[in-house]
Amino acid sequence: MVKKLLVALVACCAVVAVSSIARAQDETEKAIEKYRQMLKEDPWSNPGLLDADRGEGLWTTAAGPNKASLEKCDLGKGPGVVDGAFAELPRYFADANKVMDLETRLLWCIEKLQGAKREDLVKRPYPAGGQPVKDLGAIATYVASKSNGMKFAAKLDKAQEKVVVDEGQAIFFRRQGPHDFACATCHADSGKRIRLQGLPFLSEPKEAQQVVGQWPAYRVSTTQVMTMQHRMYDCYWQMRMPELEIGSDVSVALISYLIKSAEGGDIAAPGLKR
Amino acid sequence: MRSIVIAAILLAGTVSAQAQQKPAVDSAKIDAAIAAAFPTAPPEWRPRFDQDETMKVCSIHHNVPPKADADAIQAREKAKIEYPADGNLLGDWKSGERLAQSGYGLRFTDYPARNPNGGNCYACHQLTKAEVSYGTIGPSLLNYGKVRNFGAAETKAAYEKVYNAQAAYPCSNMPRFGTNKVLTIEQIKDLVALVMSPDSPVNK
Repeated sequence: MVKKLLVALVACCAVVAVSSIARAQDETEKAIEKYRQMLKEDPWSNPGLLDADRGEGLWTTAAGPNKASLEKCDLGKGPGVVDGAFAELPRYFADANKVMDLETRLLWCIEKLQGAKREDLVKRPYPAGGQPVKDLGAIATYVASKSNGMKFAAKLDKAQEKVVVDEGQAIFFRRQGPHDFACATCHADSGKRIRLQGLPFLSEPKEAQQVVGQWPAYRVSTTQVMTMQHRMYDCYWQMRMPELEIGSDVSVALISYLIKSAEGGDIAAPGLKR
Repeated sequence: MRSIVIAAILLAGTVSAQAQQKPAVDSAKIDAAIAAAFPTAPPEWRPRFDQDETMKVCSIHHNVPPKADADAIQAREKAKIEYPADGNLLGDWKSGERLAQSGYGLRFTDYPARNPNGGNCYACHQLTKAEVSYGTIGPSLLNYGKVRNFGAAETKAAYEKVYNAQAAYPCSNMPRFGTNKVLTIEQIKDLVALVMSPDSPVNK
């Protein structure tokens, strides 16, 4: 697989070097797509699956002050039910009186079942560059992979859920910070790029359906799995905002809005990204 | 003719359906959620949560403001433009090219600052033939000065667009680099030189 990657990368570079400038853009896009295709052809080549395996182990391992596993964690389909649970998230949980996405629910279970402190859990939830995804992210990758091949089917029709989706849309379009950036600055039009990176039109269901189901995703550029909460955090970094807290109302609302926009789209997690 | 009328009716239907997609959301609640979502933010960062009037209007209207709001934004933002004391708007295009390449600055990993803030123009615009890694959120600026005959009025307009894009295009995606103190007047002059100098690679 490493060899395949290298060949594809060399092909990318070679294409840029030899093409006329006018054609370089299209050629580069094609080479990157070919590289993605090669990795897709062998579904077991995705390194994110290692983290899904690690997550499965963590799910069943007693941990925390309470020395409890997560096997009684209710992800919405009953305690311990993992298969298909991600496909129906986010949802309103009466026990927490909150709408929760996958990672926020896992945080809640780790806190309530295993006895961990929330402030410790939210302190440094994401890995440094090159480091593997942290335990919470590995568990999220495992749970998401157990909805692989299903379609996003979160109902999001309860009053509490509708409010959160609407707030997510408002936050998506909310401009702030020294650059006046909103999510919509980059993700409210079709066929646009930042440098050479294509940008999905996330408020458009057709495009959201194609990409939202690929998270958590293994990112080749950082050699680690990035979860959806981490993805939101990274976007706010780029928007020149401070560090977005995992499980915050803002991140949950945005994720709810994106998944609503992607309703009916295929789940292919962990995905594979640039 | 009839098909045109039908098309018009269908279009009108689409527009009103889109309008309905913007639900009434309690903006005070959104502001409070934003203020709570970044608990580790140092006090000097907290002003970044706030929106000025222009940001508010653009957010509510998804960057497509009604005419009256658009006019108000233009007038308000135009009044915020400051010019170099000596009236010279053209700096050094080579410095401008470096600024256009750099996306550095104002992210939470950029402190303490190791470099001047960049303009990151290539993230969204094509500028020179040599740089093939450019984005497409903004229009291509290839030959920008040449097609405008390097005119003085066009140079002033270019300065104003970099300083405060919304004075020209209300709710533009482009940052208001001068008004929001992302770039200095000297840096903006360098970017104006990049697009407006006859010897800049933008115009070669």
